[in-house]
Amino acid sequence: MAATTTDTLPRRMWLGGIEPMKASYGKLMMWFFLISDTFTFSALLVSYGLVRFSYPSYDGAVADFTFSNLYWPIPEKVYEAVPFLHGIELPLVFVGIMTFILIFSSVTMVLAVEAGHRMDRSAVEVYMLWTILGGFTFLGCQAWEWAHFIHGTEGGSVIREIVDGQWVERTIFGANLTENQYGPPAFADFFFFITGFHGTHVFSGVLLNILIYYRSATGYYDRRGHYEMVEKVGLYWHFVDLVWVFVFTFFYLV
Amino acid sequence: MAEIHATPQEVAARHDDVPTDGGAAQRKQIWKVFIILSVITAFEFLIAFTMHASTLKVAIFVGLTIVKAFYIVGEFMHLKHEVKSLIWSILIPVIFVVWLLLALMLEGGSIFELR
Repeated sequence: MAATTTDTLPRRMWLGGIEPMKASYGKLMMWFFLISDTFTFSALLVSYGLVRFSYPSYDGAVADFTFSNLYWPIPEKVYEAVPFLHGIELPLVFVGIMTFILIFSSVTMVLAVEAGHRMDRSAVEVYMLWTILGGFTFLGCQAWEWAHFIHGTEGGSVIREIVDGQWVERTIFGANLTENQYGPPAFADFFFFITGFHGTHVFSGVLLNILIYYRSATGYYDRRGHYEMVEKVGLYWHFVDLVWVFVFTFFYLV
Repeated sequence: MAEIHATPQEVAARHDDVPTDGGAAQRKQIWKVFIILSVITAFEFLIAFTMHASTLKVAIFVGLTIVKAFYIVGEFMHLKHEVKSLIWSILIPVIFVVWLLLALMLEGGSIFELR
């Protein structure tokens, strides 16, 4: 059993008596989980890239842009709403705020990891609380953005379609998986899938952060003798931030 | 199970890892990375509203994103300070993913031509 090996094995060995890649078992497994998660997110972003370039882009002047399902929309024209500032066009401002919130929560997370190295329990607690707050704020922002995207703008968009052999015009508001006032339905599908999948990751990250906070606050890691768990969950949290950096570029900027 | 991760020697060794300055230099580095990430993001905003859509614009965005990814993975996730074999086992699969991304974006362009 492990307890009997403590006298004979040098530091940081796994049970086989070696230490692959000079990383602890838990950290290495977290890295390999993250690389598999990378593949999942890449699958979404790669298919977004494929579909994006198989649609025509809007080639008129940016100022004259109107929503149409004939071409891919310009993201800054779609995401221009900010809570409490109804009717004011603020392109990408809200998503910029969300990006800063997530980067900042990543900073407080890495500060918690650093405090854990020093066995400074109260600092770990403070930084974990900030990280949890950042995570919840981000989720709240995303909920608002989804609600806005689903309900749409006041005017909606008029689409023309063939129903029973006749061209009919119809106004649609907002977007769901089959209809989209902002552009082709595929655009809304990718928005829901990519930001939804990322949001699910943020949510589970927040749950893990709460667990870590609870365990450090009750002295669990002090009794265990180290705060490596903060480091492992930290890896996950930074990964979530990293994915957002890519989503921000490929979905909102390009 | 927990003993796998923490032998008494290991715990003692980890306490030795704490730098003599109590981690002050490390904290300074963290804030430095934060400032770099913030400045790059602000710069991306500037580009988004001042440049016309072009391949160069996309290239700048992708380049800046890779710089941000480098700082997040290298510093925050500490990968820069891990052993080479770990760094490569993360990087090589990612390089293949980038290849797939480029290949399928070009493929998307040719689907557009054919439609």
